[in-house]
Amino acid sequence: MTAQPLLDVQDLTVEFTTRRGIVKAVQHVNISVAKGETLAIVGESGSGKSVTSYAVMRILDRAGRIAEGSVMFSGIDVKAASEDQMRDLRGREVSMIFQNPRAALNPIRKVGDQIEDVLRTHVQQAQVADHGEKAIEALEQVKIARPRERYHAYPFELSGGMCQRVVIALALACNPQLLIADEPTTGLDVTTQKAVMDLIVELTRRRAMSTILITHDLGLAAAYCDRVVVMEKGRVVETAKAADIFANPQHPYTKKLMRATPRLGVSLRDLLPEEEGASQSATVMAGLDPAIRHPSQDSSQSMDPRVKPGGDENSKPLLLIDKLVKEYPRQGATAVLGKLFGRKPPVEPEVFRAVDGISFSIGHGESVGLVGESGCGKSTTSMMVMRLLDQTSGRIQFDGEEIGSIMPSAFARLPLRSRIQMVFQDPTDSLNPRFTAARAVVDPIMQLGDIRGRDALRARCEELATMVGLPHNLLDRFPHQLSGGQKARVGIARAIALHPKLVILDEPTAALDVSVQAVVLNLLQDLKTSLGMSYLFVSHDLNVVRLLCDRVIVMRTGRIVEEGTSEKVLSDPQNDYTKELLTAIPHPPLPVH
Amino acid sequence: MLTMIGKRLMFAIPSLIGVVIVTFLLTRALPGDPAAYFAGPAATKEAVEQIRKKLGFDKPLIEQFFRYANDLAHGDFGTSLTTGQPVATEIRNRLPASAELTLLGLIVSIAIAIPLGVLAATRPGSWIDHLCRVTTTAGVSLPVFFTGLVLVYVFYFQLGWSPAPLGRLDVFYSAPPTITGFYLIDTLIARDFEAFRSALSQLILPATTLAIFSLAPIARMTRASMLAVLASEFVRTARASGLSPATVIVTYAFRNAMLPVITTLSMVFSFLLGANVLVEKVFAWPGIGSYAVEALISSDFAPVQGFVLTMAVMYVLLNLVIDILYGVIDPRVRLEG
Repeated sequence: MTAQPLLDVQDLTVEFTTRRGIVKAVQHVNISVAKGETLAIVGESGSGKSVTSYAVMRILDRAGRIAEGSVMFSGIDVKAASEDQMRDLRGREVSMIFQNPRAALNPIRKVGDQIEDVLRTHVQQAQVADHGEKAIEALEQVKIARPRERYHAYPFELSGGMCQRVVIALALACNPQLLIADEPTTGLDVTTQKAVMDLIVELTRRRAMSTILITHDLGLAAAYCDRVVVMEKGRVVETAKAADIFANPQHPYTKKLMRATPRLGVSLRDLLPEEEGASQSATVMAGLDPAIRHPSQDSSQSMDPRVKPGGDENSKPLLLIDKLVKEYPRQGATAVLGKLFGRKPPVEPEVFRAVDGISFSIGHGESVGLVGESGCGKSTTSMMVMRLLDQTSGRIQFDGEEIGSIMPSAFARLPLRSRIQMVFQDPTDSLNPRFTAARAVVDPIMQLGDIRGRDALRARCEELATMVGLPHNLLDRFPHQLSGGQKARVGIARAIALHPKLVILDEPTAALDVSVQAVVLNLLQDLKTSLGMSYLFVSHDLNVVRLLCDRVIVMRTGRIVEEGTSEKVLSDPQNDYTKELLTAIPHPPLPVH
Repeated sequence: MLTMIGKRLMFAIPSLIGVVIVTFLLTRALPGDPAAYFAGPAATKEAVEQIRKKLGFDKPLIEQFFRYANDLAHGDFGTSLTTGQPVATEIRNRLPASAELTLLGLIVSIAIAIPLGVLAATRPGSWIDHLCRVTTTAGVSLPVFFTGLVLVYVFYFQLGWSPAPLGRLDVFYSAPPTITGFYLIDTLIARDFEAFRSALSQLILPATTLAIFSLAPIARMTRASMLAVLASEFVRTARASGLSPATVIVTYAFRNAMLPVITTLSMVFSFLLGANVLVEKVFAWPGIGSYAVEALISSDFAPVQGFVLTMAVMYVLLNLVIDILYGVIDPRVRLEG
């Protein structure tokens, strides 16, 4: 960094005008990126990392403005530049890759045309045919197979990973000097994430480009970047070389973030900051006076989850799934197109097997992780157990009763229904925005429970709130007035309101920041121990599954490829696919305690 | 594509049968005895009975219905009792008048509303946004007969700029030979430019009246959907790639924003076609709306049934056109047959 940096951000403050006055999203931030350097900006939601990058591109929305400081990009003052100058820079000198690739592409325009739009704007070559060839070339470089055909594809016809490749092709089409990647792999599977990140690094290295990687994932930052900038609440708290920052974090926030990142060799408690670890557990226990426990929750079931529940062999498992199959009629685009043009469809099996004959069981008080990438059938399986979907064949036995034959519509009215509950992926979307937290929590009791009367319901609601560590004064708030972690707690309180025996957790922490995730995972673990519930934990994140689950089931294309105790599957995987999943996880070089 | 259209038309058949049955029953359920109406107030009981027999109203309802359905199948919509003309002929003569008026009104309305909505969305809070709000509020809150009358009062009575609101052509001109039924087109084909001017000047006021009314939903919808699309991530990507504002707004935002607007357009169009009775009355326009209302008042079944059936067919066709348009704009809906 002896030469003049490519990008130099000095004392940047960004303000947003809102109804409640001016909010400073970014305050006095200093960041510089040298030529050819890869810089990571790491922080949790609300840290201002995205806003900083928008300010660099000057694409802040109407309410936002650069209030103070300067942004210099290869000698150009971004703050003072005219809109025309900026437009010339964007896409040609600085370009950006966004989170959620599918939404980042125009849904009704061919991807090739979208790349061509950028080329046409920035490359002064009159020939139109030339642009078409260049667009195909751009697709080729991001390793899209059959680029000539894909040129004519619409975003909805491509997978998420493929869309992100198109977005990268779009961003790199004009050979910019700086690439800003804003959470480029959030929402993608680990193996896809690895492929996409490797591609970005390879392409930018080859062109000697600088890259800013904005992420919440410390592992990703460590694996791919030279330097790391840690941001908290709109300020930079630490800047250091990637190797240094992980070996020797200076700022307490950096330390907290690192602690909270799930990784090999640590237990759930290790994720929490030292002083909070004990108090968290204490809160949950305080809410659990044995006297208020439901009589059906026999105390003999609340055992230490670390003790293998499979010990009592003679007892029946809580959930038994036998040769479960779910088939969908195949409605591929090719078949429909073939019909339209009167052509014979290619010979394909008539049906698509989302779940292909899987069998497994969950014991009382056991938690089982169902792991796999999108499309592997893990969510379909959990939906069938919940009786939200009807299976094609196979049996589902819950607590000794056959529930596989119950129609999904009839199941909701059965008393059995209250014993299986679910916590959903998105804490915001899974709460009714017109219900207060208290109303959401008591909703299942009002549908299926036996508690009647305002006061009794309120008492039960407060009791549940105590259990999940939700302050009582928040109970009368609406979802939009709660933070992500608080909403997750409401979702959990709702799920345990009816004393379920089995709780299906569908990626319950996927939408949360790592520090909140650490707290929620610990909460789930404590609740399980004290209430004696079993969990079916559906997730794509092996590290998280390992922390919470006794056993792990790895699924791929509707089948179980590996099954075993968490420790064994993660430390000594047998199946190639499991190995691939494990190696795809970027590991931060963290000091292991 | 053709199979899709064929399929859609097939799906429309049950609803058309439903329309036939319901209109038949409804007209029979209406108060008023057509036989008594036509016999006149001085007629004797026997005379009324005789007319009833002649019209076939003495037969059981089910037999009446099958006769009606059989006639329909042969393209016979029945005969109007008031005018003595076959309903099919009258509708064929009057439908183009209504369609021409409605279409022109809609075109004027689109030409104003869509640019207004787009401009309002790209500059929220500006004077054009306020103009959009005021125009749309005024447009919906003024009833068509009122705007129609005001326009006639100002432009005909006070200023004398437009001709008397008495039908489709000035009395001095003869109607052009019927080819499309649209006077604007037929006069041009016949190279009768004087008549074209006359037809146009007759059309302007009623078309403007309709346009003012239909402006509001289209402009509001355009504004709202443009605002939503402009806030979307792919527009941000387009901006971050340095595309010119024109490309961003037209190619990226506008085409996507058009989808809900097209749906609104189809609703506005079908609504206008059937509901512009008041405009037709104010401007003495020989359209099907006024025809149907007059028939309804005199308990004249055949034209009412013919009118409802025509509107149902129009509606089916219109929806088909909208679906095809949707497919042209949005590749995602093309695959669903």
